[in-house]
Amino acid sequence: MPYPEQLVTPMRAEMTLMGAEELKTTAEVDAALGDVRGTTLVFINSVCGCAAGNARPALSLALQHGVKPDRVVTVFAGQDTDATARARQYFSDYQPSSPSMALIRDGEVVHFVHRHQIEGRNPQSIAENLAQAFDKFCGATA
Amino acid sequence: MSGHVFHTNRQELHGVTVVVNGASGKTYVGRYHERNERGVVLKDVGIHEPGNGLPLEDWLERQRKFGVKVDERALVVPNDEVVDLGRFG
Repeated sequence: MPYPEQLVTPMRAEMTLMGAEELKTTAEVDAALGDVRGTTLVFINSVCGCAAGNARPALSLALQHGVKPDRVVTVFAGQDTDATARARQYFSDYQPSSPSMALIRDGEVVHFVHRHQIEGRNPQSIAENLAQAFDKFCGATA
Repeated sequence: MSGHVFHTNRQELHGVTVVVNGASGKTYVGRYHERNERGVVLKDVGIHEPGNGLPLEDWLERQRKFGVKVDERALVVPNDEVVDLGRFG
């Protein structure tokens, strides 16, 4: 059952303020992830889990890095369920968890951050992991 | 909402994915909920049984790379089954 929208509004805003495009429908997900070239970071947002509170600031920090994905999009697990399910179809080899992040390049998942890699870690540590992936997969020579 | 965390009054490992080695030889990977008189309460648990599928290290590596494949949504690992318990990842 979704949480009250009033509760999640600040969590949505935290994502859009850092430049993420929020995808709320399957059509929006397909437009963003289907047959798209370049690099896209998909952030599976989450209300609970004791981890999302670090994951969002971590991504915000990582996006201040010099090299970053062409595009950042987000779906909200437990809230926008159809959009989230559709997004997960684009990285179906990976077990669903939230929060989590998938870095996709030319339609292929090249880096994945699971919830278990976020829990209990500070945003700086998570951001370093992301920045390394950005350097590896999003740079001009990647 | 930065840094917003629910459940701040829970045990330290609450919400953290852990690996539990069992006296039976089973290995459990799941999200720690709490430990009580009945045992360790885990959520979204993957279970490895010796001789059933991948060797343990390969199974653990697969869980790390692709995420925990859930066998049980919730499980209590009895205290006398728990040999050791630590963070997964």
